[in-house]
Parts: sequence; C-alpha cells; structure tokens
Amino acid sequence: MIENRPYLTYLSHAILIIGGLIIIFPIYVALVTSSHVTEDVISSVQPWFGGALIDNYVTVLVTGKMSAGGNPLGSMMLNSLIMAVGIVVGKISISIISAFAIVYFRFPGRMFCFWIIFMTLMLPVEVRILPTYKVVVDLGLLNSYTGLTLPLIASATATFLFRQFFLTVPDELAEAARVDGAGPIRFFLTILLPLSRTNIAALSVILFIYGWNQYLWPLLITTEPEMTTVVMGIQRMLFVADAVPEWNLTMAAAILAMLPPVVVVLVMQRQFVKGLVETEK
Amino acid sequence: MEKRVTFKNPWLPYLLLTPQLAITAVFFLWPASQALFQSMLIEDPFGLSSEFVWFENFDELFADPLYLRSMGITAVFSISTAALSLSSALLLAVMADRVIKGAAFYKLALLWPYAVAPAVAGVLWLFMFSPANGIIALTLRYLGYEWNHVLNGGEAMVLVVIAAAWKQIAYNFLFFLAGLQSIPKSLIEAAAIDGAGPGKRFWTIVFPLLTPTSFFLLVVNVVYAFFDTFGIIHAVTSGGPAGATNILVYKVYADGFIGLDLGGSAAQSVILMIIVGALTVVQFRYLERRVQY
Repeated sequence: MIENRPYLTYLSHAILIIGGLIIIFPIYVALVTSSHVTEDVISSVQPWFGGALIDNYVTVLVTGKMSAGGNPLGSMMLNSLIMAVGIVVGKISISIISAFAIVYFRFPGRMFCFWIIFMTLMLPVEVRILPTYKVVVDLGLLNSYTGLTLPLIASATATFLFRQFFLTVPDELAEAARVDGAGPIRFFLTILLPLSRTNIAALSVILFIYGWNQYLWPLLITTEPEMTTVVMGIQRMLFVADAVPEWNLTMAAAILAMLPPVVVVLVMQRQFVKGLVETEK
Repeated sequence: MEKRVTFKNPWLPYLLLTPQLAITAVFFLWPASQALFQSMLIEDPFGLSSEFVWFENFDELFADPLYLRSMGITAVFSISTAALSLSSALLLAVMADRVIKGAAFYKLALLWPYAVAPAVAGVLWLFMFSPANGIIALTLRYLGYEWNHVLNGGEAMVLVVIAAAWKQIAYNFLFFLAGLQSIPKSLIEAAAIDGAGPGKRFWTIVFPLLTPTSFFLLVVNVVYAFFDTFGIIHAVTSGGPAGATNILVYKVYADGFIGLDLGGSAAQSVILMIIVGALTVVQFRYLERRVQY
C-alpha cells in the first residue's frame, strides 16, 4: 500500500463484496428454488429455503423429471464422468508422447507434424459440425463412449504445454540417462513423467472442466436417452410442452450438473490457476 | 529453442506421434477438407445428386440478408459480452489488488463460475429472468417494466449477453489480477511521490501497462463469444425470438442439422474457419502472452 487511505480500502472491500454477491446470486436463487415444491415456485419468488430439498434432489437423481421423459440424472452424470475422465486421460496421454517425440528426437517431417498439430487449434468442433458428424456416423460411433471422447482428445494446447515444459528440463538429465545406458522409453518413464507431475495435475483440472462441460458434441452424437450427458440433459428439461414447468427440479438438476467441476476448482484451486495460466502460453 | 541432447531412433518418434496425428487426420483435417469441398457443391436434400458450383454458395450467403443479419448479431453479441465481462473483471481485479485482508477469499468467490458450463449458466439466468416467476423479471415488473425475452429480441440478447459475461468474468479476473501484480511497485511508488493520486496512477501507469493483458483477453473473449457460447444460445433462446440471437455458430448448426442445407452450412463453416484462423494467428503472432502469476 502506497499511502494510507482507509476510505479507499473500505470502498475496495465494498465493491468486492457486491461483485462477489452478484456472482454468487444465481447459485443462491437456484439452491433456494430447488428446495421448494413445484407449486411454490410456479408463480412466485421464494426468498428462503423450503423443506423439499432432499426430495427434489432424490427425485431428479433417481427417477428424473417425468414431464421431460423421466431420465434419471444419476446415469447422465455417470456418462458425463466417463466422458470427462476419458478426455482427461486420452488428451494427456497422446499429447505427452507427441511432445516427447517432437522435443527429444530429430527426424524427417518433424516440423510438418508440429504444424499438423497446430492446425487443430484453428478447427474447433463448432466450425466443422456436419462433416465431423458424418465421419462419426460412418465409423459407427454414434451413441458410444468412444464417439463421445475420441474425436475430442487431439489437442494442440496440451501438446504445446508439455513441449514448453520439456524444453525447460535440463539437458544434463537426458545426457546422464544416455550415459547410464537408458533408452528413450526408459528416460521418459523414469525421469520425464515423474517431473511432469505438477503439469499433469494442472492440465487434468482444466481438461476435466472442459470434458464435463461439453455441450455441442454430445448433442450431435447422442440420440439415445441413455447416452445423454448431464449438461445437455438440462436443456431437454427446459422445453417441455403442455406441462407445468417444474423449475424446482430443473434448478436441482442445474446444481447437480455444475457441482463436480465447481468442487474440483475449489478443492484444487492452485492446480486450476496454474493450468489456466499455462495452457494459454 | 531446441534440445542439444536428443535420442536416435528411426521409428520411435513416428510411433509416438501416430495417435495424435491419426485423430487429427480423421476428426479434424478430413472433415475440414470435406467442409471445404461441400461448400462448393449444391446438393439436393436427398443427397441423390450434387453439382460443383465453385463459389456460388458463398455468393448466395453474402447476398442472404439473414446471414448478414446473423453476422451483425454476432458482432453485437461478442462485443457486448467482451465489454461487460472485461470491464467488470478489471474493476474487481483492481480492487482485489488493493486489499490485503481477505484477498484469497475474494479470489475463491470470483473464480468458481469458470467451472460452470455455458449452457448451465444460461439456464440459471434464464430462470431469474423468466417472466412468470423469475426474481429479476418480477422486480422489473414491480418497477414498471414488463420483461419478456420470449417475445422481445433485444431483451433476449441482453439475457444471453449477461449469462455469457457472468461465466467469463472469472477468467478475465484471474488474468487481470496476474497482470496487475506483475507491475513493478517502484513505478507506482515513484508516481505517488510525485503527487499522483490513485485515480491518476491507474490511468497513466497501470492501465497502459496492462494493455498487453487486455488485448490478449479481448481476443480470448471474442473467441469465447463466437464459439463457446453455443450452449447458452441453444439452451436459452434457440436463436430466437425471430432470429434475434442467431449467432453464426448457431446458424451453422441450425442450417446444416435442422435445415439440411449442406452446401450453405459448409460455406458458413469455411467462413468460420477463416475467422478462427485469423484470430489464432493474431493470438500467436502479435500477442505478448507471458503472464506471471
């Protein structure tokens, strides 16, 4: 602090508290709504928690919202979990070995491979929806976990992150390994992989959020209700024809859908910040 | 930067690269080339015949008032989202940089919305603005304003902008705070000794030094508003009412998947690819992306 201006400090706290409250407000409203019976939230606003909290969450998790086809959220969350973990493991595995190849070997076509990987940055799913969908159909991957994860695990950012990190690893380590007679695979497994632990942890947090929050991709390739992921399941709850909008259940579902990634961020805050900052380098 | 020490093996590097390259080829490059090819075809809806028409699809697209309107809507949407989330994040970051007590707590309170899926963020705000029972809509009615985003296109736009900006504040806050903390304290102290107050110091020293961070965040936010907000639009407004929130990415999906206009959708895809390509080049070529945290 350069000079002592108490009123400015109070103002800063006030703005931060108001800002924080505005940010948290939607969650408060969602939590309160999810604790009431449908009749109480249909045409009025409830200021404080009601008594139906547990009932609503059990209903949503086990039986689902009947007016929206009654798919239990529990199985959707399991699908989301499988998809998110599949993406985390897949992306990290294939990008760490390609970064290893690019950094620790000299071979013809090295730069070409690097640029091919770079190209993926320029081609997000959103811009090639239809042809990618067609590929997945032709490969028979509709409504499968492979279809949900495999096309999303090619990643330039993760490869770049590991490349960047490998470049900072002292050459002496590779030299020593070579002198001691260790081959590249042994060097990778016993030296490079343990050194990359913190990077892998940081990246896992970011990729878990990325995988869990996927929307367009599952929307395209899952047509069977059993394969729905939770984030897109919410959307199906919104548009219910000729029925009472059960906002209490929809809000319970929304809370459940955001719970796992939010908990991951809160619990692994340091890795999250590291991952967020480093993947942008 | 290159490694001095490398391994020699004629086939191992290729083997290591195979999974990444195979997936890239099958799920990225091949579909992209297909989009490029289809954008020059006109196909009948049953896929029985197609004709190669060079750039006719593009000519048609740029003559289509709906497409031009969608471009305008995308511009309004992304500029408003970026402006709203960048300005609120900057304000909060400057305040968080000042306070000592409770800084960690504030950071935690502001960071978590990053983890909320865009579609879920959209649903939360949709409920609060729901005309029959949303707290904000009812407050507005109490104040004498009838809110109904289902009928009013402008209000629908406001709703999706707020939802999109809300989710992005966390990200911008984090990078602004990192940027603020990397500004040398000696500069601020020197200015204070010369008699500059907090406001003047901010505008003449801090803000200019934050330019690289701000510019970087601007690009990231535009990319976010262009592509990652599909979930918000799809869940909240489905591009409506009457196409008032029909952003380009949503239009590609709606035209290709629901409207089955393959050539037109592919041409739109190609235009989007050019936009992402340009933004990626800007991001990598011209931006100082070193952030200390």
